[in-house]
Amino acid sequence: MEAGRRMSLWQETWDAFNNPINDGWGQLVTHIELSLVSLAIAAAIGITLGVISAKVGKVASFLVIAVANLGRTVPEFAIMALVVALSSIGFWPAVVGLVALGIPPILLNVYTGIANVDRDVIGAARGMGMTAPQITARIEVPIAVPSLFVGLRVAAVQIVATAALAGLVGAGGLGVLVLSGLTTNQDPVLLAGAIPIALLAMSAQLIFVAGQRLATPRGLRLERADLSEQKG
Amino acid sequence: MVVLPGNANRGHVRHDAGRLELQGVTKRYPGSDRPAVDDLSLIVEAGQVCVLVGPSGCGKTTALRMINRLIEPSAGDILLDGESTRNRNAASLRREIGYVIQQVGLLPHQTIAKNVATVPRLVGWRRGETKARVAEMLELVGLDPAEYANRYPAQLSGGQQQRVGLARALASDPPLMLMDEPFSAVDPITRERLQNDFLRLHRTVPKTVVFVSHDIDEAVKMADRIAVMRDGRLVQYARPAELLASPADDFVADFVGADRALKGLSLTRIEEIELDDAPLVEAGAPSSDVLDRIASGLLVPVDGDLLVTVEGRPRAWMSVERVTDGDEVPRGPVGSPGPIVDRLATLRDALSALLDANARTGAVVDAEGRCVGLVSVDHIQGSWNAQSESAMAPHG
Ligand SMILES: Nc1ncnc2c1ncn2[C@@H]1O[C@H](COP(=O)(O)OP(=O)(O)O)[C@@H](O)[C@H]1O
Ligand SMILES: [Mg+2]
Repeated sequence: MEAGRRMSLWQETWDAFNNPINDGWGQLVTHIELSLVSLAIAAAIGITLGVISAKVGKVASFLVIAVANLGRTVPEFAIMALVVALSSIGFWPAVVGLVALGIPPILLNVYTGIANVDRDVIGAARGMGMTAPQITARIEVPIAVPSLFVGLRVAAVQIVATAALAGLVGAGGLGVLVLSGLTTNQDPVLLAGAIPIALLAMSAQLIFVAGQRLATPRGLRLERADLSEQKG
Repeated sequence: MVVLPGNANRGHVRHDAGRLELQGVTKRYPGSDRPAVDDLSLIVEAGQVCVLVGPSGCGKTTALRMINRLIEPSAGDILLDGESTRNRNAASLRREIGYVIQQVGLLPHQTIAKNVATVPRLVGWRRGETKARVAEMLELVGLDPAEYANRYPAQLSGGQQQRVGLARALASDPPLMLMDEPFSAVDPITRERLQNDFLRLHRTVPKTVVFVSHDIDEAVKMADRIAVMRDGRLVQYARPAELLASPADDFVADFVGADRALKGLSLTRIEEIELDDAPLVEAGAPSSDVLDRIASGLLVPVDGDLLVTVEGRPRAWMSVERVTDGDEVPRGPVGSPGPIVDRLATLRDALSALLDANARTGAVVDAEGRCVGLVSVDHIQGSWNAQSESAMAPHG
């Protein structure tokens, strides 16, 4: 009896997802679009600001980092609400909110990635006659790549999850199903939105973990292995 | 400056060694009342090794880094081959000066080969030329290119990393090398080996070298000229023997230490003294030959023992009876080869090795590790006596 009921809940959820009224597939595509566009813009801005704040004088970088850190403490919901209050509803306002959410983890991880590059490595490179742009491009950025991927992963998961709120601001996405399931008290509809969101977030996590492994220079992976050997 | 014939170095000019001159060089750091380097003047002739020594904070690193303009002097001028470095582009100047630091600073994300190729790539050598040069440099510092070229820094020991650091600094064939305590971070045995290998290398590639050290023994061993610094000033600039024989003032005398006579042992290398013949027998040689050579006086056992070698390299001391027990000299290592001393080691290094091993004699080996003779405590003392009698006359 129990198993039968659960089977039918899955079935009902699947039906709700496919039901043209809910348009699960269409909202899934919108959700992915929202997330990808937001992540791309957040990455472009976060990487640029992260590199700049790691390179420029202390005061300016301190300000950027402080703001970014503060930004991380603001709840996702508040950011989305703020954006709607300040602009309007629709796809692009939602993107603005998601970008604002994605920038801090990317910026901070790029910043620490570059700031943590061994000073002696930079010193030796300068002593060999590398110019500042060469040091950034050939040393600091490649060494900061693993850290960049950590930032991208955190941002991506957060954006995918928060994009659910986009349904509230008329931007579409799987949040629409969650919302309608909640308001009409239909669990299958709610689940038809919530389950794909969870799966998307997990995929983002897996993709960026794999990406980090692939993009980490071999020499750095070995270095890390050395460290863990020493610790354990 | 010589342009090599042939196509081995097409496109690059070979610098042998440059003459370095510091003229009244001063560095004042902002916010500090006393200059870190104060009116420093000295000349390093082409191909010489100048060691800057002095207590921590006396301005050695600052002086060194002004030479390649990692630090800009507040006053004074620095000439390389008679040309002021002031008007040069700093980055391109640095590409012509080898730079080695204690922390090595290899690029962790690049292979050893790519690390060594850093400067050739910066100055735009051709790919094939760079590749050949990398292999040549790795061999020069005693690392087999086939084994090490594709490894990463994290896979190397500290001593090996510093060898790569040296290879990297030498790769573009700079006329001048700056070395800031390059061997301070490794264990004493590795340090001595690196010192000997560096001296050997310097004979092959006689660059002008400015070498910072806080260790007077290292300075005496490595230097053609020692510059002793105190509070940013040069207090004595002299050959090692002169420095030991007649320190300019109490500070230098103190810095050199009360055991100046003992330090004098660092002035002489094993290769400069006469060695005893080693009673060498090659593993696998017929025992009858060994007995014949002993009978004819060609082979003189030391305290009844012979030194068994494998391809000329010391393997084990064994009694004549053991050696001639079977038909041929045993191949297995039975016993120890005792202390082994590099020909380029100083008498001090050798004495220390003998005392450590509690042995009266040690096998002296060449760059390939082949035994070229025996050194004993008596030898060292004899040569020391001779040296003291001649009142530490300048050598070299
Ligand atoms: N960047 C700097 N700013 C201010 N003072 C410095 C700086 N670098 C070194 N100093 C000071 O200059 C003096 C010489 O330092 P340094 O050249 O590193 O000495 P050494 O290499 O002989 O130990 C020291 O008193 C040190 O504190
Ligand atoms: Mg120093």
